[in-house]
Amino acid sequence: MTAPAELRRASEPAEPTADELAGQAAFDELIAADSRIEPRDWMPEAYRKTLIRQISQHAHSEIIGMQPESNWISRAPSLKRKAILMAKVQDEAGHGLYLYSAAQTLGIGREEMMRQLIEGRARYSSIFNYPTPTWADMGAIGWLVDGAAICNQVPLCRASYGPYGRAMVRICKEESFHQRQGFEILLELMQGTEAQRRMAQDAVNRWYWPSLMMFGPPDDESPNSAQSMAWNIKRFSNDELRQRFVGMLVPQAEVLGVTLPDPELAWNEERQAYDMSEIDWTEFHEVLAGRGPANAERLRRRREAHEAGAWVREAAAEYARKQADRAAELAGAVA
Amino acid sequence: MSTPGASTGAADQAGASTGAADQWPLWEVFVRAGRGLSHVHVGSLHAPDAELAVRNARDLYTRRGEGVSIWVVPADAVTTSDPDAKGAFFESPAGKNYRHAVYYTKSEGVKHL
Repeated sequence: MTAPAELRRASEPAEPTADELAGQAAFDELIAADSRIEPRDWMPEAYRKTLIRQISQHAHSEIIGMQPESNWISRAPSLKRKAILMAKVQDEAGHGLYLYSAAQTLGIGREEMMRQLIEGRARYSSIFNYPTPTWADMGAIGWLVDGAAICNQVPLCRASYGPYGRAMVRICKEESFHQRQGFEILLELMQGTEAQRRMAQDAVNRWYWPSLMMFGPPDDESPNSAQSMAWNIKRFSNDELRQRFVGMLVPQAEVLGVTLPDPELAWNEERQAYDMSEIDWTEFHEVLAGRGPANAERLRRRREAHEAGAWVREAAAEYARKQADRAAELAGAVA
Repeated sequence: MSTPGASTGAADQAGASTGAADQWPLWEVFVRAGRGLSHVHVGSLHAPDAELAVRNARDLYTRRGEGVSIWVVPADAVTTSDPDAKGAFFESPAGKNYRHAVYYTKSEGVKHL
């Protein structure tokens, strides 16, 4: 028996309206056709929320990701390397801005996202919570971290949300320079002195596992993956992408002459893929929970930069206001 | 906007203001990739005024020589068609395939037609 509408309790979910039903049908049809959802289309609230979370986390990662490398700009071994590193860090800032713009089309403000970041309410990739003690870390970050990022991001160029996919296209184009310059740094070190070779190998040892963790938890522990794949946001599972990445790394490591720090890494003829050791997920969860080597430092630095830059933002806004007033005055005088 | 499909972003949110008073206004950026080509929408950015919007657009969207000219337009100056009414709004060309050259088949085999 249906209760009369006026007796229905407030906590009961409201029946979807005709508009919502039509919107959902149109949305389902676009997803089924592997077409794109655009900002002003109707979309389920959960789809919007998932995208805001994913895109803003991605943007924050780019912004925080500037820090481990900016650490080495003033200490780069040559003017050429310094210029390259500055260009790379500038790219990361740009990638952050493309992504904030994409997230804004979903109805969240950039200021709000930045507040979430500096107040520690938002996540970013845990890879950036590791320190960069040597120059070889610049090589390992480019080769392994940017390499893993590219592996993750290329399929995102086809994400069902139009603005996200378009931002990823720009990012991927620029990202390949990042990986190659990192590879080159390691190659030069590996062709150098014994101490330089040791430094390169040590950096690879420290970054290898964290870079594999960038693909996220194993498939059976990744509850949101299935929904993201059904929505065509995600195209491949975490484990598939991780496996693909390792397959690309092995021949590259041979060219470099470095050893990947996994004694169980071996080609499996039957699976046509590499077998590898279990990943230490306790470390991943520790870093994710904010107990990584550099979590506090990264956030402190971001907050400091935001606060120290406040006067620049205010001065620019004030200057713009004054110019607009003056232009209005002049127009008044002429009239 | 006449071509929402080409947009990377925020022109589509024109009207859906985020309401933050402390935020610089949003600008839509159009870049001409070379002489003889149109300006094409590439994305959006925040800037306090038009002059800084052009400078920021140069730094953000032309770091690798992607453009020879930039337009910036305040995002709230963009008027868009209603996506919910797209069926009715773009209905006119439907069923009018005589507007395409391929509709006329009798001239097949005749040269320069």
